[in-house]
Amino acid sequence: MSQLIWNGLFVGSFYALVALGYSMVYGVIKLLNFAHGDLYMLGAFSGFAMLGTMGGLVKSSSLVALFVVLILTMVATGLSGVVIERIAYRPLRGAPRLSLLLTAVGASFALEYGTRIVAGPNPKVYPVRLDGTALNVLGARVTWQQIALMSVSVVLMVALNVLITRTRQGRAMRAIALDPKACLLMGIDVDKVISRTFFIGSALAGAAGVMAGGYYGKIDFLMGFIIGLKAFTAAVIGGIGNIPGTMLGGLLLGLLESFGTHFVGGQWRDVFAFGFLILFLTVRPTGLLGERVTERV
Amino acid sequence: MSAGNGAAVQDPPVKPVKGRGPTFVTRFLESRHLGWAGLAVGLLAPFIIATPYAMDVMTSAVVFVMLAVGLNIVVGYCGLLDLGYAAFFAVGAYTSGVLSTELKLPLLATIPAVIVVTVLAGVIIGGPTLRLRSDYLAIVTLGFGEIIRITANNLSITGGPSGIYGIPGLFGDASSDPVVFYYAVLLIVAVAVLMAARLGRSRIGRAWRFVREDEDAAEAMGINTYKVKLAAYIAGAVWGGLAGVLFAAQLSAISPASFTFLQSALVLMAVVLGGMGSTPGVVLGAIVISLLPEMLRGLADYRFFAFGVLLIIVMIARPQGLWPHRSRER
Repeated sequence: MSQLIWNGLFVGSFYALVALGYSMVYGVIKLLNFAHGDLYMLGAFSGFAMLGTMGGLVKSSSLVALFVVLILTMVATGLSGVVIERIAYRPLRGAPRLSLLLTAVGASFALEYGTRIVAGPNPKVYPVRLDGTALNVLGARVTWQQIALMSVSVVLMVALNVLITRTRQGRAMRAIALDPKACLLMGIDVDKVISRTFFIGSALAGAAGVMAGGYYGKIDFLMGFIIGLKAFTAAVIGGIGNIPGTMLGGLLLGLLESFGTHFVGGQWRDVFAFGFLILFLTVRPTGLLGERVTERV
Repeated sequence: MSAGNGAAVQDPPVKPVKGRGPTFVTRFLESRHLGWAGLAVGLLAPFIIATPYAMDVMTSAVVFVMLAVGLNIVVGYCGLLDLGYAAFFAVGAYTSGVLSTELKLPLLATIPAVIVVTVLAGVIIGGPTLRLRSDYLAIVTLGFGEIIRITANNLSITGGPSGIYGIPGLFGDASSDPVVFYYAVLLIVAVAVLMAARLGRSRIGRAWRFVREDEDAAEAMGINTYKVKLAAYIAGAVWGGLAGVLFAAQLSAISPASFTFLQSALVLMAVVLGGMGSTPGVVLGAIVISLLPEMLRGLADYRFFAFGVLLIIVMIARPQGLWPHRSRER
């Protein structure tokens, strides 16, 4: 039982990390960034490439190496997110929503199959593997690495929340979410703030990608597809656009999946998660913590 | 040259617009005989090349046309982004496959059941989500596509990962002449294309376009946008399901691997590239998308990357598609 809870929370913290980027971008410019899951994949691959070039250095202290790579990867995926926004989304600001969604699908395809061209179609095995001594906490098997990864995600999430609620940058983001035109009139550089939002969201996805690579050990170019869907589910459960809600949604989805897998079988895990997505959209489309939004004409 | 310059000086202040009248080409492209011309090309194709391989490729292309025309109802006419269209394709193929192999029915006899099941699937998935914002629909359909594929992979009645095999042909015979089969598929699809095009020009078709252009205005004018959207979604589901029957008849074996997100994305690509809402554009787009990989075998690795980039370029540079819809209504 406590093992199920722990597994759920652990996987949930990955989901939450990816879902945050989704939720932020959606909150600020009301765009579902389909390519977000692929930025997670890109993070895993760039982490893989960096660990490959570091070579022998990695062997001696894998957790420290992984940490350095984590930071570098966050910068790299963050920049990729900014580039994608600049090329694919910015020219269409103000265009019908359908066109934006379609470019997002195009960006996702380009990232997936671009990676496939560069890295090849076969799955890659991560050079560092995080599995070490286990502790016994209330009957659950918990490894130090899990604790380390989970604390990294918690730190990132807390940092993000502080950034959004306490800083000038965050205030600008929240303002744009409310009314981009008024922000422009008030002297906020809307394009720049949106770029930064993409940077932060993509960096978080990239971080989750490296951590997933190090934890699961195997990465492939389509790994972002399912996690993108799951992250969206998490964001919807918690309330899309709402940062604490999204974190909660991620953890909750992890728990739901962990218990669902236990009771209905692993092969139905994804069906279970998406079933919940549809259920939530039917019963409570604003999510657990999302406030009711009235659409203005 | 000099004479032309001299004439330009004496031009009246308001120049008459030149070259904007309907040229022969545009008149042909918008002619009502275009559909017949397309059908004639399809009918004559086997006289040019009729090797089994070519017939197979052409039959696949025609089935793909049916899929694209069905998705066009949802995406093109009504502006709802469906990213899991292969799910309906799968529902149709599996329903007819299971019924025909278990009950020893000819495939054509399973069509009523297929229509009922796809309508049900459309209601189940569209019912809750069409009330929400359009971008939620996109992701939910994506999830639905995965649900159907995983379910087909795990159930025993659908044959698990290896799928169903030994599906009889359209008329109950195990192996028919590929040319005869091609003609049968071509005629069915031609009727389906015609019906979709006429649906697009009907009363509900106009309502669909109105909802796509401005949902709030449509609602204000008394259109029940929810019902209209659901109708588009169900129509798309039925078209996809029937295309699935043709697919099952062609291959006589189906497996979950045929109904991935890639398949959905390719159909979407055909619709967007050809021109959302434009029947000739979508038919042409579908034929191009389905024949291209046969011609560019060596570039298989770059194909999907190119599709992604192309999708972005088309949306930025020419969102109406290569062959856009022009309304005849004045």
